[in-house]
Amino acid sequence: MAVAEIERAPAFKRRGYWAGVARRLMRDRVAILCLAILAALVLSAIFAPLLPIQDPYQASMVARLKPIGTAGHPLGTDEQGRDMLARLIYGGRLTLMIGLMPVAIAFFIGSTLGIVAGYIGGRVNTLIMRSIDVFFAFPSVLLAIAISGALGAGILNSLVSLSVVFVPPITRVAESVTSAVRSADYIEAARASGGNALTIMRVHVLGNVLGPIFVYASSLTSVCMILAAGLSFLGVGVKPPEPEWGLMLNTLRTAIYMNPMVAALPGLMIFVTSLCLNLLSDGLRSAMNVKE
Amino acid sequence: MTPEPLPDTLPDIGGPAQPLVTCRDLRKHFPVKGGILGRQVATVHAVDGVSFEVRKGETLGIVGESGCGKSTTARLLIGLIPPDQGEIIFDGRQLGEELSLRELRRGIQMVFQDSYASLNPRLTVEDSIAFGPRINGLDRPVERARDMMARVGLEPARFAGRYPHEMSGGQRQRVNIARALAMSPRLVVLDEAVSALDKSVEAQVLNLLNELRRDLGLTYVFISHDLNVVRYISDRVLVMYLGEVVEIGPVDEVYAAQAHPYTASLFAAMPSMDPDRRTLVPPLSGDPPNPIDPPAGCRFHTRCRYGEPICATTKPVLRSFGESRAHCAACHIHDPASGHSLSGKDFMPQGLPR
Amino acid sequence: MTALLELDRLNVTFHGEQTIHAINDLSLRLEQGEMLVLLGESGSGKSVTLKTLLRLLPPARSRVQGGITVNGADILALSGRKLQEYRGGEVSMVFQEPALALDPVYRIGDQIAEAVRRKKGVSRAEARATALDMLRRVRIPSPERRMSNFPHELSGGMRQRAMIALALACRPRLLLADEPTTALDATVQIQILLLLRELQKEFGMGVIFVTHDIGVAVEISDRIAVMYAGQIIEEGSTHEIIRDPRHPYTQGLLAANLHDAAPGERLEAIPGVPPALDAKPVACSFSPRCPHAQPGCRADLPPVVSLGPRRHVSCLLAQQDIAAQ
Repeated sequence: MAVAEIERAPAFKRRGYWAGVARRLMRDRVAILCLAILAALVLSAIFAPLLPIQDPYQASMVARLKPIGTAGHPLGTDEQGRDMLARLIYGGRLTLMIGLMPVAIAFFIGSTLGIVAGYIGGRVNTLIMRSIDVFFAFPSVLLAIAISGALGAGILNSLVSLSVVFVPPITRVAESVTSAVRSADYIEAARASGGNALTIMRVHVLGNVLGPIFVYASSLTSVCMILAAGLSFLGVGVKPPEPEWGLMLNTLRTAIYMNPMVAALPGLMIFVTSLCLNLLSDGLRSAMNVKE
Repeated sequence: MTPEPLPDTLPDIGGPAQPLVTCRDLRKHFPVKGGILGRQVATVHAVDGVSFEVRKGETLGIVGESGCGKSTTARLLIGLIPPDQGEIIFDGRQLGEELSLRELRRGIQMVFQDSYASLNPRLTVEDSIAFGPRINGLDRPVERARDMMARVGLEPARFAGRYPHEMSGGQRQRVNIARALAMSPRLVVLDEAVSALDKSVEAQVLNLLNELRRDLGLTYVFISHDLNVVRYISDRVLVMYLGEVVEIGPVDEVYAAQAHPYTASLFAAMPSMDPDRRTLVPPLSGDPPNPIDPPAGCRFHTRCRYGEPICATTKPVLRSFGESRAHCAACHIHDPASGHSLSGKDFMPQGLPR
Repeated sequence: MTALLELDRLNVTFHGEQTIHAINDLSLRLEQGEMLVLLGESGSGKSVTLKTLLRLLPPARSRVQGGITVNGADILALSGRKLQEYRGGEVSMVFQEPALALDPVYRIGDQIAEAVRRKKGVSRAEARATALDMLRRVRIPSPERRMSNFPHELSGGMRQRAMIALALACRPRLLLADEPTTALDATVQIQILLLLRELQKEFGMGVIFVTHDIGVAVEISDRIAVMYAGQIIEEGSTHEIIRDPRHPYTQGLLAANLHDAAPGERLEAIPGVPPALDAKPVACSFSPRCPHAQPGCRADLPPVVSLGPRRHVSCLLAQQDIAAQ
């Protein structure tokens, strides 16, 4: 009987879970396109000094607010005559960093808190989750502005305030995912095999919760980028003359009647980047679903 | 053929006459929290004073409907949840005092109903099976896992690297059995282990379970709602109702004549498999009552066709009767001194109204 | 008299990452007032058949070919209002999980009354009277009080009764029941089976009852159709199927029921697992698991052998048996 079952089983090639995720993601054309755009943005930001572009800080009184397509300034110039292409590429460095770092920090802190709360449960859960709930009383934008306002403008302070904003939602997701996993039969089975809490956490819990939390966190990066841009726009984030998309949008807004196309460029960059991040995390979510 | 236990199986201490497991007066209540302050508003009487023994080498079937406490009993038995009261004695050693939880889990393993939910979706089946031996420091966990796979009819070369979602329900349940066996247990608790499988696959797994028991000298506690399956695989059967044992006895005796009115009704509710002798009247009306607020006295008296005033006030105890004395029921009908009008007359209850 | 339901060479395929041939050349006829059980294991296509009948399959991912006629009307041609009237009017369905099929935010009485009002266009008071009458007919104790209960306030058995009341409130000619007793305890299951049998007689409706449990099938059916790999492999009256099964699969299923298996003895299990339905079958789908398979079984589709009026079996062996006689 068992023999027949074995004979029917197709020959099997061992492959890892992540290989499967990558294979499924590769089949998702939208996600791949977004990944390509993001990769181009990140690479150009990293290697900006090596690219044949102008100095983003070099102002020129004569070449102010040149339109797109001007010789020497393919994307025009801003209100101080600085090259837009260079400023957008250099601006990507700061903007992407401010978009990703707080989420990364919040992912680390929030996952830890949420997994602990979800796995231990009881009073520990109540303590952590009710403290986290306090933060939900404020809209995230307001909270970020308040913290940044209190700490003062600056890149480091923006990072801190944005990290604080993203810890609560990530903790909540981590807690709910972990509670669901904790009550799964395979955790009971592992306990019945004599595993202690740490071993079970390492072998059975982490692998099953980090993925979903990561997907959720990745969907927050676009929000974070927009928030960071907002902080700069309001003057509590990055200070001029640093090139940063939100700040550029702010300073160029006065020029919107004179040269609307150039003024819209930083906004377009924010829009495209956050859209790509969102679509990519969507694709990741479906690629990580093992039940095909 | 003498059974050959798996390597590293705990030694037999008390000899064949000593029960492998004895449960005495197990009790487990769960609080029901409600209101904005999360105060306890009610209690679920999941298991209430359950006592039984599992003999070495036998299969004890446990039957009952949802809410009767059979799954809670299983979880108490393998130490997944601590009892509020009562003791568990494994081969003469009492859990807690003479036996650690860790040792108990070397001796007792469990197979769950949902073959998919009970396997970690991110681990290959080989890693899942090797997990127990590895953390318990048993020799060569991977070889052991492969050996177990071969024993349950899954060729290691083909299946070791698979993930649970790449297998059928029957194959996954074989993995779960292999995982339990990898700990070299003496007792395996099978909690509705074949209920979710298709009938044709169920028969394959039952054959496997019987083979393993014979070859390895295992003892089973087999929990199921399917009376046909329980009769096929068990030596003795225990019937639960609302957290209590109402009847226990050898399978052939209980299946021939049920001593408790509830058991009789449960058997009468079984489909007849004969189109000429279909059930015409339901043996019981309504759903099983909620274990939150069980009735006083005999818990079945609210639905019993033989109920009398004594049943509402006094709780019957398990009493043995018949010639073998192996068959016990908790019903006033079988207690000559109870004052029930049918007591002392060797009366056996009927499942269907006449 | 026209048949209540006629399925003519029905084919259903699902198109996703891979194509699944869920139903393959299925033909079936149900007379008025008949209780037919579709018996099969998971993946045999029995639930898909019911969903196809109600046109509930997602149109973007599925393709239905063949003919479905209910009371002479072509169901596959219905659309818009006509389709809505057909669903819940002429044909309605009882699901396995009443907890999921009943709307949790509406009271039982309101749900039934609303369905009646929408379908029959009667007044609010009349609709409520019908709802109350239905609750009484499905033997829910103190129906007046239960009218204002929410689904979660009822026990499992009572919820299933309420679901049946909802399904029958508009007096359908055909009731589709998808494993309605599988989630219930044994003592509750038999109550629901008896209730369905009684209501079927009373209302004179045709019922297609889907189950994987032979015991349930024997308790409730007039006729049984056994499904395997999206096909009906054997069909006949309940007596004929239980007393004289001809298809090796039906025989195996009956043996696997353990009703009269000797304790401890090795079971005659059907080996292997059902086929993946990624291609339309070109041979007998059961032949890889069949103990009597011959080269002919793997070469060609099995013949549909008629053993009597409305008694069919799709098996080469049955044809050879007849030829031998």
